[in-house]
Amino acid sequence: MKKRGLAIPYIIWMAIFVVSPLIIVIIYAFTNETGQFSLEHFQGMGLYSGVFGTSFFLAFVATAFCLLIGYPLAYVLSRESPNVRKISLILIMLPMWMNFLLRTYAWMSILESNGFLNRFLVFIGLPPLHIINTEAAVVIGMIYNFLPFMVLPIYSVIIKIDHKVIEAAQDLGANSIVVFRRIIFPLSLPGVLSGITMVFIPSVSTFVISKLLGGGMTLLLGDLIETQFLGNTYNPHLGSAISLVMMAIVMICMAVMHRFGEGEEEAVLL
Amino acid sequence: MKKRLFAIGITVCMVFLLAFASGCGKGSEKVVNVYNWGEYIDESVLKLFEKRTGIHVNYNTFETNESMYAALKNGGSNYDVIFPSDYMISRMIAENMLQPIDYQNIPNASKINLKDFNVQSALSYDPDGAYSVPYAWGTVGIIYNTKTVKNPVTSWGGLFDASNKGQILMFNNARDGIGIALKYLGYSLNTINKEEIKKATDLLIDQKQKGLVQAYVMDQIFEKMIGGEAAIGPYYAGDALTMIQENPDLAFCYPKEGTNLFVDAMCIPKNADNKENAGAFINFMCDPEIMVMNAKATGYAVPSRAAYELLDPEEQNSKLIYPDASVLKNCEIYKNLPQDVNAFYDSEWSRLTMAKSGS
Repeated sequence: MKKRGLAIPYIIWMAIFVVSPLIIVIIYAFTNETGQFSLEHFQGMGLYSGVFGTSFFLAFVATAFCLLIGYPLAYVLSRESPNVRKISLILIMLPMWMNFLLRTYAWMSILESNGFLNRFLVFIGLPPLHIINTEAAVVIGMIYNFLPFMVLPIYSVIIKIDHKVIEAAQDLGANSIVVFRRIIFPLSLPGVLSGITMVFIPSVSTFVISKLLGGGMTLLLGDLIETQFLGNTYNPHLGSAISLVMMAIVMICMAVMHRFGEGEEEAVLL
Repeated sequence: MKKRLFAIGITVCMVFLLAFASGCGKGSEKVVNVYNWGEYIDESVLKLFEKRTGIHVNYNTFETNESMYAALKNGGSNYDVIFPSDYMISRMIAENMLQPIDYQNIPNASKINLKDFNVQSALSYDPDGAYSVPYAWGTVGIIYNTKTVKNPVTSWGGLFDASNKGQILMFNNARDGIGIALKYLGYSLNTINKEEIKKATDLLIDQKQKGLVQAYVMDQIFEKMIGGEAAIGPYYAGDALTMIQENPDLAFCYPKEGTNLFVDAMCIPKNADNKENAGAFINFMCDPEIMVMNAKATGYAVPSRAAYELLDPEEQNSKLIYPDASVLKNCEIYKNLPQDVNAFYDSEWSRLTMAKSGS
């Protein structure tokens, strides 16, 4: 009973800042300007299917890249000496101590046509790249900003894998590839799943990155929702409806993925 | 770039300070809660006001009229002085969100008169000034790089000129963005004819699909124009002056089709707690010397002859900040549009942002 009491502050916090806003969003989404129940905002959603498509696609690409970069990094880190691990973890988290906006502004200066990257490419005799104001720039911004959220959960799971299990596999004649494929990877899956969740969700709903690095050329869901609140018309009902649909799709994606993840875990263990 | 970063840094600090100040500043202390545009004041003015009146200023900033409106409409926020623009003032008057100004508390307001600058037409948003005291005014024009733009720029057409391909910046909001195309096509900025708005959007979509547009921006125009990343774009005259000071290759032009004139004014929201302090603050801001301090910091035009007289001669003679009557005659002020037209603007703007850009 006593232990349960410790959770009360958290429950109160969640109720005020997560559950009640969510209820407000739901109420707004299902009402119209006069406060009556209405589905009109959902019916007009088809107009924005392109925005949904682009947002989910870019978030998917960014998540895939984060996994490709983040998993090996987390794996290599976990095999290093404690001192190297400590310093590396600090380096990974270091950028997060700075404001998100500032970091994204800095990327603008790096990627611009006359930016640092292109000046460097020209300096070493390569042709300059056109990255800024494209979808590629948006994806780069997402990868940069959200990569730590992929590395950290995977790392913290791998580091806790019992060494005895790996030694046992080796004793039974497994080479390092088999050990990775059949022991380490399956055991690290919970970290991978939470990493994917933590990268995919902020990627799908971001709006600053597309504005700064995408030059406003591609409209993402976050931008679309922002426009409903801060645009020409103040329309919280449509904004809430779009948010709700986005949340529903994200939840379905996550549910499917976790199902798939669990299945895989069992399959490999068997 | 540095200036921008600095500005962001300051904003972040301000938010923290504000959170701190509002947390412990409650008491018998006199306060005034001010909500202004970002980078739209000389910060030392606030210190001066506190010193002279003993009223503590809780200062907060917004980025767009719409975000300010949303913050007030949602309730929760409690401001005593706000700085909306013309069309937003008429909208807030219509929605009963402002309270009439008690001029007894604001003797300095008598020094404010936009008629002295040939912009009296601008006052249509609040003809008698019952709800608002003008703070600053300005115009929108074209800023361009004389090194990279080959054809002379005299018209909005410069933004649709194929020789500037990939170098053109456009406004990143519906009203200003579509407004440029409306003006270029010879329509009014305040048209409620959806056919005209649609034609203007089609023009912008064509411009995007031909790969003419480099990016849709607001504040980011500073880096892009100063650093030579982009060659031409629309912006506010006061800020254009700042950019020209940092990069002498830049020049400014008033398009011959006419442009947008705006007035930002000080208002008191209906639910203001400290009405008297708000009056004192507005009165202080109308002091000609304070107006000049702010004008020097922001680069925008003063609405007061008395303040104008205190400016340096080169500031007074700047055609960029105080354009000729012939330019002003051509200017239009934004009017508050009916809700269905506003919604149409938003859906047309989405149509533009969803269009694929060509290369």
